[in-house]
Amino acid sequence: MKTILTLAAVRIRITLRNKTFLFFSLIMPLAIFFLYGSVFAKGKPEAVAYLMGPILSFTVMGTFWGLSMQLVTWREQGILRRFRLAPIAASSMIVSSILANYLLILPTVIFELLLARFIYHVTTFGNLISVFVLVILGITAFGAMGLVVASVTNTMQETQIINQLLWFALIFLSGATVPLAVLPHMVQRIGLFLPATYFVYGLQRAMLADAHLYTLGTVVFSLIAWAALASFISSQLFRWEPEAKLPRNAKLWAVATILPFVLLGIWENHNGKLLATAAYMMEGRPTENTPPADKR
Amino acid sequence: MMTPVLQVENLVKRYGDVEAVRGVSFSVEEGEVFGLLGPNGAGKTSTIEVLEGLRVADGGRATVCGLDPQKNPNELKNEIGATLQATSLPDKLRVSEAIRLFASFYKRTRNPDELLKRFGLEEKRHSFYNQLSGGQKQRLALAMALVNDPRVLFLDEPTAGLDPQVRREIYVIIEELKREKKTIVLTTHYIEEAEKLCDRVAIIDHGKLIASGTPRELKQRSGDTTRVEVRLAKPAAKEALSKLEGVADALEVDGAYVLHCQRTAPAIVSLVKYLEAQGNELVSLEIATPSLEDVFIELTGRRLRD
Ligand SMILES: Nc1ncnc2c1ncn2[C@@H]1O[C@H](COP(=O)(O)OP(=O)(O)OP(=O)(O)O)[C@@H](O)[C@H]1O
Ligand SMILES: [Mg+2]
Repeated sequence: MKTILTLAAVRIRITLRNKTFLFFSLIMPLAIFFLYGSVFAKGKPEAVAYLMGPILSFTVMGTFWGLSMQLVTWREQGILRRFRLAPIAASSMIVSSILANYLLILPTVIFELLLARFIYHVTTFGNLISVFVLVILGITAFGAMGLVVASVTNTMQETQIINQLLWFALIFLSGATVPLAVLPHMVQRIGLFLPATYFVYGLQRAMLADAHLYTLGTVVFSLIAWAALASFISSQLFRWEPEAKLPRNAKLWAVATILPFVLLGIWENHNGKLLATAAYMMEGRPTENTPPADKR
Repeated sequence: MMTPVLQVENLVKRYGDVEAVRGVSFSVEEGEVFGLLGPNGAGKTSTIEVLEGLRVADGGRATVCGLDPQKNPNELKNEIGATLQATSLPDKLRVSEAIRLFASFYKRTRNPDELLKRFGLEEKRHSFYNQLSGGQKQRLALAMALVNDPRVLFLDEPTAGLDPQVRREIYVIIEELKREKKTIVLTTHYIEEAEKLCDRVAIIDHGKLIASGTPRELKQRSGDTTRVEVRLAKPAAKEALSKLEGVADALEVDGAYVLHCQRTAPAIVSLVKYLEAQGNELVSLEIATPSLEDVFIELTGRRLRD
């Protein structure tokens, strides 16, 4: 435990000294915040409140960049093998990086909420407990996904390419950039297979409809399942050295992290009311007695 | 008799089709400085990293401080310290942070500040790792290897790529550690390093241990001879050269001729006469007492560094 805390503290320090990180975790989220707040929402409090879900999602989802890049560089440059000479477990390396990530991202999330409150005069953020639980789950899930990406790739370039693909899928199909409700019907249906969609939706429900955790059951459980599965797989695939062989079925393992969402996507496509609720929220009637979508 | 701190029996390490280590055996006693000397690709790093627990052997047995590197990795890691050939630290990690961080991983530790002082890194303590020179990085690596006060120290090419002056600084450090009775295993392809620092040397080539002993014992293999190395204008028959007066044997190595001579002066006189008779000419001539290089040449017909 002491090892994990010490490692996390050092990781935070190193990361704060890294310009790329500052860009992804502070500059970019804030740029998106102001773009959404001032341009898209034209500074109107209700509109900003509606967009807070997507804004926070950007901040949280962005974490997988930092984690995967750090892991792959540390492995490529032989930094991990130096750590391996000391009595350190792979799990300490993984847990410390996810822990460091919470402490790096949470301040940005809080900062964005404060900015929304004081610059755009958003008066309520709905159920803050739900918001924070979702943010914590999101950081774990997206962070662990980054570690999985870094484990199945061998070089920085490979990691970058996969990250780009994931990133575009995550932000464009999930309702984080264009609200889900206005996306073409086909895209909406594909979006239902993406974790990010549930994440954005969950945050919006929590903030706009004051949704309690238990009414967000589907979202919370899918994120928990994903966070757990991705963390487990990242620990299975963790490699100290670039030469270390991946288990033969490593890519299958990686694909397995998507499994809960494939099932969820199929189910939601058939029975779900997520799309209807999303459309409803967009029309701007965010009250507690919205359709019974989350009450099932 | 004490049991050795380190025992290696018939070690084998493969990478796909490449057999990097092919049945190497040796043992090292407490307090000894043991050198693995060999050319590039000989299998030194592979051997030493199996002992550190970083690589898994494909055959044979190894114990370090009575521990199996694969079965008891954590106990082992508390007992050993090492510098690696290919490694790095995060660019933006400061010197003092690096050594403190690694100190925090161990049960038994030495004072990080004292180590930095001892390795002349005091005024660099606030520098980032990527601001250090090669020599400073190597000194930091050595300091970090000592942070758990290890029983056995593995140094993989501790002076590779460093200029002569920095190399001498590292020698001084290693000699100091030797006086502290640390058990040290080091790899090198510098002859003088092996001769100067090591109590015993194992010469390793193509994954095989081809000779071992104290530097003195090894050199005695070439008898009590002087080494005369000559370059000639035209090729000569080495059989003829080896029959000259005072010459024990002659070898051809990379276009030069190495003569081991019992009596140097007569040998040179007869060599010059012979060349004159053959219409050949002397391009260069070098006289030296035999070194481990000669042992290597004798055993492999090649030079250690090509
Ligand atoms: N990770 C690896 N994958 C494949 N082959 C390897 C690997 N590491 C080493 N080898 C091969 O194994 C052989 C021995 O390499 P090793 O690094 O042990 O030699 P070395 O004696 O340390 O050489 P050097 O003096 O250059 O450091 C070489 O032929 C090398 O190409
Ligand atoms: Mg080597």
